[in-house]
Amino acid sequence: MIRHTVGRLVSTVFLAVVLAFFALPMLWLASAPFDDSPAITTSVPEFTLNNFAVILDNPYALGSIRNSLIQGGGAAALVVVLAALAAYALSRVRVPGRDVLLYLLLLLSSVVTGTAAMVPIFELATRLALIDTHLGVILVVSGGLLPAAIFILKDFMDETPTSYEESARVFGASSLQILRHIVMPLVRPGLATIAVWALASVWGGFLFQFILLRDPDKAPGSVILYTLYTEGGAPKLDLISTFSLLYSLPVVAMYLFVSQRYGFRFHGGIKR
Amino acid sequence: MARPMSAVDAAGLGRGRAVGFVLPALVLIGVFLVFPALWTIYLGLTDYRLTGLAAANPQVVGLDNYTDALRDPRFLGSLWLTVGYVGGSAVLGQAVLGFALAWVLRTRTGRLRRLVEGVVLLSWILPSTVVGFLWFALLDRDDGTLNALLNTPGFAWLLDHPLLSIIVFNVWRGTAFSMMLYSAALENVPPSHLETARLAGASVFQQLRDVVLPLIRRHVLTNLLLISLWTFNDFTPFVLTGGGPEGRSEILPIYVYNVALRGGELGAGAAVSFLILLINLAFALVYLRLLRDRRRREAALTGGPPA
Repeated sequence: MIRHTVGRLVSTVFLAVVLAFFALPMLWLASAPFDDSPAITTSVPEFTLNNFAVILDNPYALGSIRNSLIQGGGAAALVVVLAALAAYALSRVRVPGRDVLLYLLLLLSSVVTGTAAMVPIFELATRLALIDTHLGVILVVSGGLLPAAIFILKDFMDETPTSYEESARVFGASSLQILRHIVMPLVRPGLATIAVWALASVWGGFLFQFILLRDPDKAPGSVILYTLYTEGGAPKLDLISTFSLLYSLPVVAMYLFVSQRYGFRFHGGIKR
Repeated sequence: MARPMSAVDAAGLGRGRAVGFVLPALVLIGVFLVFPALWTIYLGLTDYRLTGLAAANPQVVGLDNYTDALRDPRFLGSLWLTVGYVGGSAVLGQAVLGFALAWVLRTRTGRLRRLVEGVVLLSWILPSTVVGFLWFALLDRDDGTLNALLNTPGFAWLLDHPLLSIIVFNVWRGTAFSMMLYSAALENVPPSHLETARLAGASVFQQLRDVVLPLIRRHVLTNLLLISLWTFNDFTPFVLTGGGPEGRSEILPIYVYNVALRGGELGAGAAVSFLILLINLAFALVYLRLLRDRRRREAALTGGPPA
């Protein structure tokens, strides 16, 4: 009994230390945006909402959020549509070599990382005139996300019954109609998971956006934030902290949405 | 549609249309994933540069880039830093802290558990540049929160201990994955086994070694492989230190960026990229072997975080 109590005490102390370690860097994010004159040290703020008004006037802040939305939304749409088409066909038809193909794709997506591919990707984008375009970021990111997306969606599709599709076919529906009106609604949780995962990946992603976009007018929030605190003299703390908070909220909201609605299973990538 | 359909082809797609459905995805993957991987091999054999003479007319130089790299103290130093970074932050840091959290939280319910899980997860899902700046503010020399707390004004963490800084940073950033994986794994350990061991007088260490570890061995292996692979390819420390000072936190991903895209030596950078690719391949092949007779759904883990 004593051993139990001591163990419980030790574990509580351990949890408190871990809690402090993880919460410490975040305190600043919670306090500085509301602070009248934020310093880099975490402190109890002189409460104000003025910083949020300032950010609306900054030319790059809102524009970069729009860029993040274009790039993230574009990649999410492209990945969902292409992955759904491919996963459906692979789930319903025995294409020769299907299982080998799926394994190869998975292998590729984990091996060809941004680090390993940044040089050829930069070269490729330069030659295809995709530097400083939203499309470039969307295509490059989608290529990396698709294999895992197909894999996960195929799993969802394998679990849906095929009887509806058979009867729809009897009534003369085309394959695309069947896919759109019968299969899609059945696998909606899967589609939502993939869409949120893709959007969150692009939203928080840095490397590809950083090397493919030189023009600050095209840069997403993640890159603008980096330039704000690394370039040009004293960082404007009020601006940076407020922007950090604004930029983090959608990701947290998306995460909460998926985990509450569909139950969070860690499909590895649901983060960044 | 007169052709008889096999039983599996319920939607009547037929092979032709099935291929048509798969093709757009395959083309995109082919152009932006497979082709770059292959092109790295070629680029790595040339003296290709971003600007200058070798930019217009690159020459094939064979294995020169590789032999140069292996003689270059900067590359070898970067390699060792990477080993330290992966070993320290992934294997020792994330895996051990993640398991400890899963183990301790397993018997807890209520507010403390939700709070701890919440902050650990939050540090995982925040955008990387936001996280970079939070740590920048925490470790700042003059006004950083850490110096204020420890009463060590003026201590330059990022300058004096750059590797330690990015190791601790990555433990903070990535422990959530290990915590969740081990939490799921520990659910497979029957409480009665632990109870029996406890009644027999086994210490916590003995319980872990003799009861828990044999049951979750595959999870441990999966965890170590994946977090090592991800950490090995992690570019995020760039937003904190940029590889500096004087290359003392220049892990391989940052080395490639600095050499190829900042320094303009695309050929030399591509050669190192290819080495990274080979090491990734070794990790992934071991992982897929492990996975072969497991449920498909867990394979989705390989989705992994993009850089």
